[in-house]
Amino acid sequence: MSEFEPKIVAFVCNWCTYAGADLTGTSRIKYAANVKIIRFPCTGRIDFMLLMKAFQNGADGIIVSGCHPNDCHYSSGNFHAKRRWMVFRELLDYMGVDIERITFSWVSAAEGARWAEIVNTTTDKLRKLGPYTNYQNLVKSGIEEEL
Amino acid sequence: MEIEKKLIKKASLEKLFEKLQAKGNKIFAPVSKDGKTEFQYNPSYAEVTYDHIQTTQSLKNTVFPKIENLIRFKTDRSGVEVTEVDLTQVQSLVLWGVHPCDAAGFNALKSIFMWDYKDEYFNSRLQKIAVIGLSCHKSDDNCFCTSVGLNPGGTQGCDILLTKLSSGDFLAEIITEKGKAIVTEASELFETAPSETKEGNLAQVNQQFSHEKVTKNLAGAFEHPFWVENSLRCIGCGACAFVCPACACFDIQDETKGKNGKRLRCWDSCGFGLFTIHTSGHNPREVQSQRWRQRILHKFSYMPERNESLGCIGCGRCSRACPVDMNILEQLVSLEKL
Amino acid sequence: MESIRKKAKELLDSKQVQVIIGYENGTSNKVRAAFITDPTQVDRLIYDERCTQNLAVYLVKHEVKHLGKMGIVATIPVMRTINMLISEEQVKPENVVVLGIGEDGKLLDFPDLTVMESFLQKAKIEITAKDKEAMEKLKKMTTQEKFDYWSNALETCFKCYACRSSCPLCYCTRCAVECNQPQWIPVQANKNGNYEWHMLRAMHLAGRCVSCGDCGRACPLDIPVHLLTMHMAEESKRLFGVDSGFSMKMESVLSNYKLDDKDNFIQ
Repeated sequence: MSEFEPKIVAFVCNWCTYAGADLTGTSRIKYAANVKIIRFPCTGRIDFMLLMKAFQNGADGIIVSGCHPNDCHYSSGNFHAKRRWMVFRELLDYMGVDIERITFSWVSAAEGARWAEIVNTTTDKLRKLGPYTNYQNLVKSGIEEEL
Repeated sequence: MEIEKKLIKKASLEKLFEKLQAKGNKIFAPVSKDGKTEFQYNPSYAEVTYDHIQTTQSLKNTVFPKIENLIRFKTDRSGVEVTEVDLTQVQSLVLWGVHPCDAAGFNALKSIFMWDYKDEYFNSRLQKIAVIGLSCHKSDDNCFCTSVGLNPGGTQGCDILLTKLSSGDFLAEIITEKGKAIVTEASELFETAPSETKEGNLAQVNQQFSHEKVTKNLAGAFEHPFWVENSLRCIGCGACAFVCPACACFDIQDETKGKNGKRLRCWDSCGFGLFTIHTSGHNPREVQSQRWRQRILHKFSYMPERNESLGCIGCGRCSRACPVDMNILEQLVSLEKL
Repeated sequence: MESIRKKAKELLDSKQVQVIIGYENGTSNKVRAAFITDPTQVDRLIYDERCTQNLAVYLVKHEVKHLGKMGIVATIPVMRTINMLISEEQVKPENVVVLGIGEDGKLLDFPDLTVMESFLQKAKIEITAKDKEAMEKLKKMTTQEKFDYWSNALETCFKCYACRSSCPLCYCTRCAVECNQPQWIPVQANKNGNYEWHMLRAMHLAGRCVSCGDCGRACPLDIPVHLLTMHMAEESKRLFGVDSGFSMKMESVLSNYKLDDKDNFIQ
């Protein structure tokens, strides 16, 4: 296999997935170290532009994860988030952003093993997809303005 | 320097273009595509158009880029480290087929950027451009160069001015030393001047108002109901300012990534509500009519007074670009009669 | 045309409205918005196929609102916009009288806005054949082709924000693109900054855009930015079964949810 190790940013909610990821650790389950977790109060708080910020800053892939439907700590944050992602995915696809690079999932506080599995499968997928040079070039094209 | 006249045959003009290109000069010339004409970097000669009335965007980008990187900075515990942009790296650029109004536009910008403070960024770019003008043989009803003291065959701001003659060949007027240097290096392409003058080969642009009269009227028109009546339809976008060859307002913004950043000078427009808003939330130009008034006053009252130059060259770009038909010529004609 | 003038005069004479927002002849064979406050001036009003600007943009403009109660000449997209503005509480229904114009270009009689609402339930959404074709073409492209298309098409954008200013639904006084703490969008009007700005604009109009196409028409550089918002309108219809602007009590697509929203893309 190639030497390429993808950089993955995970946007997770405080109440379910973050606690789930914690459980993965306390259960001593090993998973890919490619992921950098960013904790949010709720998936409903994750602005769509944050995903673009991650790509802008060199992420090759993204995981967005929160509570299962009906489990939201704030009762409906994840439902709002779901609609937002439904719409945003269509826009990304229409504008030519590779939506294969974004994994959406529901992981509860009890699903430590599931979190490890999601991270591992996402990492494997991104290893095959390779670095997101398309977006990185777009960002680079603006950095050095011609004199 | 006295203006020298020469003839350059149609076929020789292509050779001149190629010669300039072969010498490694970057050329910026008008190209028509899908019914629109825009200046483009390094087109092939076949793509260059001589028949357009006006490009959508002006040439100000070449001396006053839409985004200019002023400095780079880095912060750490010991303080801030600033790196200046090396302006000696600015490449020379030949502007080809520039209409006389656009060439004069550089003077309007110069009156701002080289006024009390000499702007190095602007000046180092200006030093590096050579302007090969092309007299207008066509105009439309948005053109009004003659009303702002210019004309379709004006030499102001050009290094060389070409005028297409009835034969299809071009009359070349060599105006500056920079122009002379270009001719000297390609002297084999230039012939003795013909007897035909440029006057018969220019577009007919009638004078529609006196700008002196407009300036005079504006002095007492600050509170006039004209502004509200005539700007209700203005939606406050920056299209007019961004296509204008003489609009020079900018906003300075820092863009940072972690501890590194750069300070950028970006185009701005007095038509935007945010242009004048204070941190307190108070906005001295609260409504659009005040912003529209500012646009006209700046160009026709404040600039003649302070910079001894009009802020308008009559190219008509703003009128063509405006999505809601805020036609500047129409308004100036009314202002003359105010 | 005569019927519009007559109706406008009637409304102004009876002081039911203080201003009529309509179209008049502009310069160079263009038409433009007219604001008629004097009943003797109604003959300036015209209507023909050149009248495409979405006049609803003026319903939220401070100086126009200031004139008093507004009568507005409204084609179908404009009427839909009015519904949207009412459901988003930007326009008070009692402040607007609509001089509706049907598909045949004839004046419609709306005694009140509920009649307009029921008319709109049956009205068709018209996207020009050219836009339809362009959208179809885009949909057939591969991800890479779409990315190249948009990053190149948007590269020339100089962020004059004519798209934003011409849109009646972009009424925020402070736009996210101008927010610099945090900085959401790169300041620069380059490939990256433009790409993300137009993404943000399209997303903020998702489920709200009425497909009037004014943003694309306003663009001085002829960038087809309206294809983005129109696509979002199409998608929200497909996903949630709602067409924006068909009622004065629209539930906003992105601030509502249903328990059975599809989630087959979520692991």
